Amino acid sequence: MATIAHGEPEAATQTVNYLNVEHGWKSWLLTTDHKRIAILYLISITLMFFVGGAFAAAFRINLLEPQGVFSAETYNRLFTMHGIVMVFFFLVPSIPATLGNFFLPIMIGAKDLAFPRINLLSWYVYIIGAAFALFAILRGGVDTGWTFYAPYSSTYSNSYVLAAAFGVFWAGFSSILTGLNFVVTVHKMRAPGMTWSRLPLFVWANYATGLIQILGTPVLAITLLLLAFEHIANVGIFDPNIGGDPILFQHLFWFYSHPAVYIMILPGMGVISEIVACFSRKRVFGYNFIAFSSMAIAVLSFVVWGHHMFITGESMYTSLAFSILSFMVAVPSAIKVFNWTATMYKGSISFDTPMLYTFGFIGLFTIGGLTGLFLASLATDVATHGTYFIVAHFHYVMVGGMVMAFLGGIHFWWPKMTGRLYSEPWSKFAALIIFVGFNLTFFPQFILGYMGMPRRYHAYPPEFQMLNVMSTAGSSVLGIGYLIPMIYLLWSLKHGAAAGNNPWGATGLEWKIQSPPTTFNFDETPVVTEEAYNYHELEENGG
Amino acid sequence: MADTVIHEPSAEATHLRHHFASVEQQMDASTLGMWTFLVTEVLFFGGMFAAYSVYRAMYPEAFASTSEWMDIKLGATNTAVLICSSLTMVLAVRAAQLNQRRDLIVNLLLTMFFGSVFLGIKAIEYHSKWVEHLVPGFNFQYEPAQYAHNAQILFFLYFCMTGMHALHMIVGLGLLTYLLIQSIRRVYTSYYFAPVEMIGLYWHFVDVVWIFLFPLLYLIGHRK
Repeated sequence: MATIAHGEPEAATQTVNYLNVEHGWKSWLLTTDHKRIAILYLISITLMFFVGGAFAAAFRINLLEPQGVFSAETYNRLFTMHGIVMVFFFLVPSIPATLGNFFLPIMIGAKDLAFPRINLLSWYVYIIGAAFALFAILRGGVDTGWTFYAPYSSTYSNSYVLAAAFGVFWAGFSSILTGLNFVVTVHKMRAPGMTWSRLPLFVWANYATGLIQILGTPVLAITLLLLAFEHIANVGIFDPNIGGDPILFQHLFWFYSHPAVYIMILPGMGVISEIVACFSRKRVFGYNFIAFSSMAIAVLSFVVWGHHMFITGESMYTSLAFSILSFMVAVPSAIKVFNWTATMYKGSISFDTPMLYTFGFIGLFTIGGLTGLFLASLATDVATHGTYFIVAHFHYVMVGGMVMAFLGGIHFWWPKMTGRLYSEPWSKFAALIIFVGFNLTFFPQFILGYMGMPRRYHAYPPEFQMLNVMSTAGSSVLGIGYLIPMIYLLWSLKHGAAAGNNPWGATGLEWKIQSPPTTFNFDETPVVTEEAYNYHELEENGG
Repeated sequence: MADTVIHEPSAEATHLRHHFASVEQQMDASTLGMWTFLVTEVLFFGGMFAAYSVYRAMYPEAFASTSEWMDIKLGATNTAVLICSSLTMVLAVRAAQLNQRRDLIVNLLLTMFFGSVFLGIKAIEYHSKWVEHLVPGFNFQYEPAQYAHNAQILFFLYFCMTGMHALHMIVGLGLLTYLLIQSIRRVYTSYYFAPVEMIGLYWHFVDVVWIFLFPLLYLIGHRK
């Protein structure tokens, strides 16, 4: 890798790279380059994020008034579409399909994913799914909640359930194809010397995610198909009036959708492991524990789905078993948090933007994770399950965790992806705004839930108004916080200073190649001779 | 790679794609990819098998009564037909590995023949279900009447499971047609036969699904 020129950053942006090697829309829509596909995904999921965000803004406005601003029917559609768009079209593909797609092959020293054409196919499948979902939205939306609980969804709802369910069905296959590609790539495409114990933790996290995508998503697909068949043929699989069993739907649905929660957090944990080592200038504390905790989470995630059903007709003994198993899944998550903290201990920490998001992640994920333990306890769950407490809990994990990690990762790798630096003061300002806005939005919801405000109602008793107004105020701050990075990141594409190959002084193969990378990433296959996160040696040599 | 075998085939002959270091790596990746895909298929069918088990346990008498309506002779014939098609498929893979183009084409044709026979017999069965008013949601009438409600669920699952299986067979026939065209165009050699082997794996998987469907839907509780 000695051939790469250091310095002369202005000249570096003029070189041939994956962005300027070909031009025209065809070169993008027919590309098999994992980096270009990652950019396609990044644009698509960002659009879907703002669609989902618009729904959230609308129902937060509704909740300003105790009697509601919109009708109950409209409100039901708003929160349902928010959930469907955010879960299936933003959170599930967020990090794997963008940062994972871009960096997983580079981090293991490969020229591309194992199946480049399947990678492109997965994007098209995603777009088909998104088109179905947008069609459902434009025709007036769905009102079943993102969980599509039968028999309401199959028999009674008059909204566009089939179109939305087909959208989710297709998005699921896109997720399966990404997971399959990652698993095969990590097994078969590692460069010489890139042993399993030298894999960056981001790769481990995406590998574990890939396993969940492969094993969980097909069950969601068949569940939605059965739902559609029941809807069309009017035969009871899930509707108890015609002989079916609605609990079966919930079992099948959560068999996917609980592991899916870990599809939505594990890649974020991988990003945090990378950032925390780089900006503490230390090797990650307990590398093996973090790597294996990802695998432990992947395995345990498949045996905890029953904790979504403590209040919907599960036997007490089943609930007991699921409660204990849910407590167990907290152990590997806690191992990660402790190890990140120990990595920072006595490190020389710098407060660059990616690190600010990491601090946000660790704090907010800890709150989200610990409140998850309240919900894993049977008695507490019965009291809080149908309330805003659970809404706040999973937003602390999904938004406070995953979205923070996504933004941290985007800020960490933006110089590598685009070859440009973004505005440091603006990005720090935005990170702060997002943190404040997030807590102002969701912390009041913990209190509301504790006080007993049920979720999914368009109206509420007047005594809850103050906290709801706080939450809505916070959501507008949060919304502005998300818009600021859009502006300065896009601005940096044209006006940002050239980044150079390694602006953070980070270890890892992706920082040893040109920014932006060439189409095949490496001129010749790299040979790996050291562990990941060799920061202690870097520091000793004055690097 | 420079000092390996003298008769190293060209990249063109082995269809080595640029991002792989060697033919072995490419073959390993394809094989693992196909097996992984089959795992997702197992889970896809698994959802229906789970539903089947739940309702079989909930309504044992109604489900037992439905087995009277299953044509065990046609089902058994189809099982035999599919097992034959698996044999010819594996012979096709072997022929490709040994560079025997004529055998490859013959065995692919035989496999497609058996596959089509299976679908034909399945169509006959579906037709008789329609005639006997056993298609749920469209024309369902059932005797004894006290089981009608729950028996309909079994027939619904019967059509879902065998229908999904038949859909996989149709996709498989499409893939075999592709293999046939490519073999006639002399694409496959002993250096490059990965598609034959991968589609072969898929074909065997679809057969194995039937091996589970047959006893569950036809044999259990059969009293004729």
